[in-house]
Amino acid sequence: MTELIKSSAADLAAKLAAKEVSAVEVTQAHLDRIAAVDGAVHAFLHINTDEALAVAAEVDAARARGGADAENLHELAGVPIAVKDLIVTIGQPTTAGSKILEGWHSPYDATVVKKLRAARMPILGKTNLDEFAMGSSTEHSAFGPTHNPWDLDRIPGGSGGGSAAAVAAFEAPLALGTDTGGSIRQPGAVTGTVGVKPTYGAVSRYGAIAMASSLDQIGPVSRTVLDAALLQEVIGGHDPFDSTSLTDPSTGLVAAARLGNVKGMKIGIISELHGEGYQAGVEARFNESLELLRSAGAEIVEVSCPNLTYALGAYYLIMPSEASSNLAKFDGVRFGLRALPTDGPMTIERVMGATRAAGFGDEVKRRIILGTYALSAGYYDAYYGSAQKVRTLIQRDFDAAFAQADVLISPTAPTTAFKLGEKLDDPLAMYLNDVATIPANLAGIPGLSLPSGLADEDGLPAGVQLLAPARQDARLYRVGAVLESLLEEQWGGPLLNKAPQLPTAASNAKESK
Amino acid sequence: MTAINRDDVAHLAQLAHIQMTDAELDRMAGELAVIVDSVKSVSEVAGQDVPATSHPIPLSNVLREDVVGHVLTAEQALSGAPDSADGKFKVPAILEED
Repeated sequence: MTELIKSSAADLAAKLAAKEVSAVEVTQAHLDRIAAVDGAVHAFLHINTDEALAVAAEVDAARARGGADAENLHELAGVPIAVKDLIVTIGQPTTAGSKILEGWHSPYDATVVKKLRAARMPILGKTNLDEFAMGSSTEHSAFGPTHNPWDLDRIPGGSGGGSAAAVAAFEAPLALGTDTGGSIRQPGAVTGTVGVKPTYGAVSRYGAIAMASSLDQIGPVSRTVLDAALLQEVIGGHDPFDSTSLTDPSTGLVAAARLGNVKGMKIGIISELHGEGYQAGVEARFNESLELLRSAGAEIVEVSCPNLTYALGAYYLIMPSEASSNLAKFDGVRFGLRALPTDGPMTIERVMGATRAAGFGDEVKRRIILGTYALSAGYYDAYYGSAQKVRTLIQRDFDAAFAQADVLISPTAPTTAFKLGEKLDDPLAMYLNDVATIPANLAGIPGLSLPSGLADEDGLPAGVQLLAPARQDARLYRVGAVLESLLEEQWGGPLLNKAPQLPTAASNAKESK
Repeated sequence: MTAINRDDVAHLAQLAHIQMTDAELDRMAGELAVIVDSVKSVSEVAGQDVPATSHPIPLSNVLREDVVGHVLTAEQALSGAPDSADGKFKVPAILEED
């Protein structure tokens, strides 16, 4: 049981194919783990027990029948997965972490969910997030925060803290996340897990409830680089339902992760994304990763992207502008909550105002107002227009950097996990968590975060981020897998082996007796 | 560029259809002033000659065949609505009655 939940998705797939274990056993082991630890972690908003076990049973039946049925099974068939509750699913509620969608059921599946179903991967449930993916800590979820499995008093990152914590707490081997400014990578960094934001358009966004359409991207959350590659190959590829979807096939990622060498590759340290403002332990683990890559035959060079100084500013104009438009659809008419004004005439305008007041949390309101401001007459050119120009400058900086290096590298987040509540009253301090991850979203390039070790000062996980040119996601998997194996050699196994034991529902019950 | 004040926030909240209490307006005006102050540097660096990027990877003429594709039934479309009648969304009054 412990062995099953601690296995990587790749190992589970091999055990399933060899009939050493059944898909029902694997799925049940994860459901049991959720029952035991999710009271403390709160990674899940909904648990999909019956459907997950039914899908697993189908996989087992197909494998038992043998012949074409067994041969046609996808490599990951029977490997369970959790889905961020921003991605719509038939048969389960989708809340986006918001009161305004509490209890809402989508009448359609997101394209990535259809692909999981086609691969017959049992969906364990829906994971917690900051409301509409707006936040870096999951504290903005209307349904309470998720707790970091490394220290339950600390944030698991955000917005996809639920997906990252689920994987870190061995509640699921894989999860889906979404990343608009770092919502896959930053939770990965602070929970000691792997998270990838693919190239913009490499994975369909159809069915991901939109925050900022030109920045949003669905991607894999896992414990190993190879597992992320396996998952991106499942969910990637062209989708006619998403007009921004790229036509490139999502292949070659697993092969890249298995390549196992970086000899002769040029890896560029981004001058603007380390040093001042980064926690000492994060910086120390980052420098060790550089040394390991150098020892493996990579050439480390220093590159400068001067306009990254303006990335945070540009992001906090573009993202709220797009969010304010995307969230206009929550009007108390078509889906979700309708709240009535307590007095005065019951007109649609006033119902809308009351509904959005009751249904949205503070951070969502803040971003809608900020976006409405940035788009309003008189400010549009100075704010939104300028931010779009900065976006061009950042793309040019990356173009120049990638002329000197195959892959760029930085710490994923400036600090390790902070305490729940610590930055809740200071929006700007919260926004600074994403300073190193935001540039990739603005430029549309892919980014991968993997654990770099534990910071000396607090014993908490730090992350290292790799960036590649658009459409070169394979490079991330190639370098990421090599760095991961070198680091694990030093640690004597996966970093998560060092995580403390979580209190389980059973042991709590014993204690209370 | 001018700083954002409480009256601005009240006006913006109205445009965005979010009813706000006085306390919320006070707090949000303070928070937004700090945020706006921190992002305004973008206008310093963005010169006249820099083209704007609205989409990270430009695609053009993304078209599909002009045939009925994937559509929801009326029942599916109404399944999450707070109120409906006769196969349609039911909305509160559009105009105020005098």
